[in-house]
Amino acid sequence: MDEVAKPIVKIQNLRKVFRVGFWGRRVMAVDGVSLEVQRGEVFGFLGPNGAGKTTTIKMLMGLIYPTEGTASLFGRPIGDPSGKAKVGFLPESPYFYDYLTSREFLRFYGHFFGLLGTALDKRIDELLSLVGMTHACDLQLRKFSKGMLQRVGIAQALINDPELVILDEPMSGLDPIGRKEVRDLILRLKESGKTVMFSSHILHDAELLCDRVAMIMKGKLVACGHVSELIAGDTTHEVEMVIDRLLPEALERIKPLAGKVVLQGERVMVVLSSQQAVDQALEVIRSAKAKLVALTPHKASLEDLFIREAKGIQSAVGARVS
Amino acid sequence: MKIFSIALNTFRENLRDKLLYNLLIFALLMIGSSLILMQLTLGEFHRLILDIGLGSINFFGVLIAIFVGIGLVSKEIEKKTIYTIVSKPVARYQFLLGKYLGLSLTLVINTAIMAAGLLAVLYFQDVPVHAVLFKALGMIVLEFMVITAVALLFSTFSSATLSAIFTLAIYVIGHLTTDLKAFGQKMEGAGRSVLEGMYYILPNLDRFNLKGNVTHQLDVPAGDLLMIAAYGLAYTAFLLMLASVIFQRRDFR
Ligand SMILES: Nc1ncnc2c1ncn2[C@@H]1O[C@H](COP(=O)(O)OP(=O)(O)OP(=O)(O)O)[C@@H](O)[C@H]1O
Ligand SMILES: [Mg+2]
Repeated sequence: MDEVAKPIVKIQNLRKVFRVGFWGRRVMAVDGVSLEVQRGEVFGFLGPNGAGKTTTIKMLMGLIYPTEGTASLFGRPIGDPSGKAKVGFLPESPYFYDYLTSREFLRFYGHFFGLLGTALDKRIDELLSLVGMTHACDLQLRKFSKGMLQRVGIAQALINDPELVILDEPMSGLDPIGRKEVRDLILRLKESGKTVMFSSHILHDAELLCDRVAMIMKGKLVACGHVSELIAGDTTHEVEMVIDRLLPEALERIKPLAGKVVLQGERVMVVLSSQQAVDQALEVIRSAKAKLVALTPHKASLEDLFIREAKGIQSAVGARVS
Repeated sequence: MKIFSIALNTFRENLRDKLLYNLLIFALLMIGSSLILMQLTLGEFHRLILDIGLGSINFFGVLIAIFVGIGLVSKEIEKKTIYTIVSKPVARYQFLLGKYLGLSLTLVINTAIMAAGLLAVLYFQDVPVHAVLFKALGMIVLEFMVITAVALLFSTFSSATLSAIFTLAIYVIGHLTTDLKAFGQKMEGAGRSVLEGMYYILPNLDRFNLKGNVTHQLDVPAGDLLMIAAYGLAYTAFLLMLASVIFQRRDFR
């Protein structure tokens, strides 16, 4: 019972200050981030460019050391080999030993987990077909395109059948089919009981995949929780209506209800922002014998939240400067 | 096992390095060129051919040790290939040791090829070959291992260019440490302590040089050989440990 409730990734007040340039100017890349990832969930780590996603993930993988704070994987401090044995990691825009073929490359990495011989060869075949790279198994990596490298990178992350998979921008460099394949792959991993944490700035992907997301901006966590909860906090519930044969007199009655009205010849498009306005508009349409062509609810999305938080950060920074 | 895989991969990487082949070809040309010199010098040509041969093997091996050695780690960090290795259950010291052993293997094979070239020349010129030649070759390899460890140590905390300069400096001074001590003894106060300190800290690379013994056909007793080997291995172990400590604390950014 206890085992189930324990978070797999636990980050506490993580902070990273880079020193750059000759004078060692301080750059705060990650500023007091705390979050937990639970077993079996797909966790999205979102934020604009330069927000600190990669830096946080690199700290988790023991590639750079936190300036402050702690983090653990499977209850073990970062860098502990027994924790790392259960993790798979795909770095951002991966680059690998380009003189190896993908088969040799995966074999090399399999050795780090004590995989050998036919068992390893079988695993490699599985992975190559999983990421759709079987056709290029004997091609040197330097002849690979960016998306092909990304795919081999994903295969590499899964070589040890990890319980936790951490992917830094797994969809970058992939074509639409590739992106869909990665989405399916993440869902398949989740189905087989794995935990997935991935960073992205493609919010649509996150919305489709994630149980929970964290949003980071300028190194600070600005939101964290279930996607539905985060969106529910958002008040914009707009509905778009397209109406035909609306008499001018009826249009005048609808205008005050609508946030936006667009006339396209015979056709009228109105945007309404409350349930009440929608009801009243429908009433008008019915009584005026107009024809309702389309009614599209504009779902609040992570994008709205993202943009709002980004604006908030922007103005907070502006305030600090002035 | 993990160290072994990394070493093999490093060896494979080295084999793709054009620098390696260029230096190897130069070395073989140098060794071969002593054949032409032979015609010109009437006396002492046995000595000359051994001198040039061993000198070339040493010189080109050191160049490989330095210029491949400084890139061993820094290239992996630059190209970010290290990210996927260190995030696997591989300790950083294992990575470092694997890289080191990989280049050492390259150097051993390289030396074997150059030595084969030298032996061929000696055979065609009817120069007698004594056991001390092989002892000298062994000590040359030992020197390469020390130099590689120096290059690796510097590359864990400084850029490739600086590492090359530092390592070259250590190589040159390392062959002059005896002079350093003698020079220091003529000085007073601080200067003397500094020079004597350098004598004890820097590797005494001249100890690995048995060229004189080879040309004069003086055998080296097994006891002496053992002492030199112990010194080289202990020094290398110390350098690698220091490199591991520094590497362990490093951010890969
Ligand atoms: N090696 C480094 N040296 C100095 N500053 C760095 C370094 N790496 C990152 N930074 C800084 O840290 C901040 C966060 O960078 P990070 O790479 O974590 O962003 P990110 O969220 O991954 O962005 P992206 O979506 O573009 O990948 C940035 O302001 C960046 O300039
Ligand atoms: Mg990033």
